[in-house]
Amino acid sequence: MKKLLSLLLLSLSLNVFASGGAELQDADIDLTDKMSLQRGAKHFVTYCLGCHSAKQIRYLRIANDLGIDEKHVLADIAPEGAGIYDQLHTAMNKHDAEKWFGTQPPDLSLIARSRGADWLYSYLKGFYTDKSRPFGVNNAIFEDVGMPNPLWQLQGEQKPVFETEGEKKVLTKLIKGSEGTMSEKEFDTAVNDLVNFLVYVGEPVQLERQQMGKYVLFFLLIFLVISYLLKKEYWKDVH
Amino acid sequence: MNLKPTRLRMCGNWVLDRFPLAQVWNEHMAHYYAPKNFNFWYFFGSLALLVLVNQFITGILLTMNYKPDAKFAFDSVEYIMRDVNWGWLVRYMHSTGASAFFIVIYMHMFRGLLYGSFKQPRELIWIFGMLLFVALMAEAFMGYLLPWGQMSYWGAQVIISLFSAIPVVGDDLALWIRGDYVISDATLNRFFAFHVIAVPLVLVLLVFMHIVALHEVGSNNPDGVDIKKSKDPWGHPTDGIPFHPYYTVKDVVGVAVFLIFFATVIFYMPEMGGYFLEHANFIPADPMKTPEHIAPVWYFTPFYSILRAIPDKFAGVIGMGGAIVVLFLLPWLDRGKVKSIRYRGGIYKKALMLFVVSFIALGYLGTQPVTPLATVMARIFTAYYFGFFLLMPIYTRWEKLKPVPNHITMEPTLEERIPEMKAVFDEVTLVTDGENSKRGFNPTGAKNVLIRTAKNLKESLD
Repeated sequence: MKKLLSLLLLSLSLNVFASGGAELQDADIDLTDKMSLQRGAKHFVTYCLGCHSAKQIRYLRIANDLGIDEKHVLADIAPEGAGIYDQLHTAMNKHDAEKWFGTQPPDLSLIARSRGADWLYSYLKGFYTDKSRPFGVNNAIFEDVGMPNPLWQLQGEQKPVFETEGEKKVLTKLIKGSEGTMSEKEFDTAVNDLVNFLVYVGEPVQLERQQMGKYVLFFLLIFLVISYLLKKEYWKDVH
Repeated sequence: MNLKPTRLRMCGNWVLDRFPLAQVWNEHMAHYYAPKNFNFWYFFGSLALLVLVNQFITGILLTMNYKPDAKFAFDSVEYIMRDVNWGWLVRYMHSTGASAFFIVIYMHMFRGLLYGSFKQPRELIWIFGMLLFVALMAEAFMGYLLPWGQMSYWGAQVIISLFSAIPVVGDDLALWIRGDYVISDATLNRFFAFHVIAVPLVLVLLVFMHIVALHEVGSNNPDGVDIKKSKDPWGHPTDGIPFHPYYTVKDVVGVAVFLIFFATVIFYMPEMGGYFLEHANFIPADPMKTPEHIAPVWYFTPFYSILRAIPDKFAGVIGMGGAIVVLFLLPWLDRGKVKSIRYRGGIYKKALMLFVVSFIALGYLGTQPVTPLATVMARIFTAYYFGFFLLMPIYTRWEKLKPVPNHITMEPTLEERIPEMKAVFDEVTLVTDGENSKRGFNPTGAKNVLIRTAKNLKESLD
């Protein structure tokens, strides 16, 4: 019995090892923060939409959910020429993408659901200079990633610090190489807004869903009480 | 103005003269006598029916907007999630319903193991139930391909390629099932047909047979006593009560509790941490990119673990199939003379407890990547899984049985247990300091409660 228990505990610890690798930083996700979502939408269109699409969502939906006027969405957020009913398509066509990157950059509609907010946040902050890579950058979270750092002007350059453990070179931390146009704090907020927006795009209905849940559960609790009392009434003679 | 009800009654009688509705109702509800002492474990049969209905209704609504086409399937699911009115709710009810179905069915099957509901004369009910379980697994497996995400695709690829391990005909068989050399549009189309028409029809037919067979021999109960042995002057079992209204109102309470859990998942954690909806399934299927770690959905993982634990691929397939086949044989493997675990010997109780542990452990290991240690553990638990069933004819003969009462015994209801629970609560949380006592954690009380629980557990295992 004891052996079995210790084996069980061992199997639980397996889990911890499997999820090892670079530590993820916590993103601060708040979908009720409409200002953050609006800034995120703006950043997304400016820095991501050039190569990545988010074809599962339309500008109209963004306008409705983020509480912005339809005209403002088109003027301030959407790229020139986009219509309110358009999905967030990228300007880059498939042919060019394959020529430049070897593959078409993935659609980002559901990236927050497949990768998670913390991963995206850490990933966007994790680019560092690596001359051996085609775009001159590598990533601490996604090794040998095939994309350049879209936010490098804002963040500035990051340099890696390696430590040699036995034969392997291990990335320990990133240090500032050159200044970007944003301070570190401003940049963190910008990335957080962007991730917040991506989490929203992943499932636009989630706020509504959670708000509705309260009423459904309230109703079900009342239903439980009534059904229990009914059962008790019927069963009072059963011994 | 009295005309209306009379007309209505006449219409009703017209039907009843031509269709035995009243008879069916009486036979299966109002005059079907069920034992009085059903406990917690007896909710899961009616809950399984509820979930089945949920899957039918939400499934029909989903097919109205889903497109079974490799080009459009993934996007059509997202279309349902975003642009179809209430589509997200319908889809989450269906996806959560799938997992809920297996939770309910596993509990329902475990009830059978606890109280010997598979034993004579209920062997056929168990067989129909097992066929239902197999059909349900087929239904879930094929349904999981439809969203056409990475896990849908590669999960199906892994499972179908298992057929190619069969000697001689294997490769042709796998090709025949897929309709292509890889999982493709052809596979998606046929899986859609099976998922929405063929297998649901089989499920309904089997549910019908499961219930007809049950009502022929009558329900078992937590004491494993045959209630038909003692009857009142009118021929009704003295230990029984009519299913309707007693168990219909009781099952409604079970439904309410179930729905509270169900709604909590749907509205607050529809992905259930990646167990009900896997994260990688939010990436569209890509035949050129194999995911690093392919894991089936949680309800298949115990069997997947058994597959991986056996070194040879074909032997693994046999092992996985055998793990299900052996369940069919249960009524004839168990030689215990008594049905209910309450009157069985300690050996079966311990064996069953370890079986539950190994089933859950196999399930957990199936979600994890393969490591040498995990493989060793999976082998131990697989050996135990089969040992539990295959050694049953031997160890159930050694059992020291306890005397079975002639009549069912009633357990205290939840409400009657409240004073007792309050006493335990006070023991743990009341700190007495001279004359004053205040709320706070009481270590000696907690220790006493733990020791008592352990003692009770040990006693109940003898």
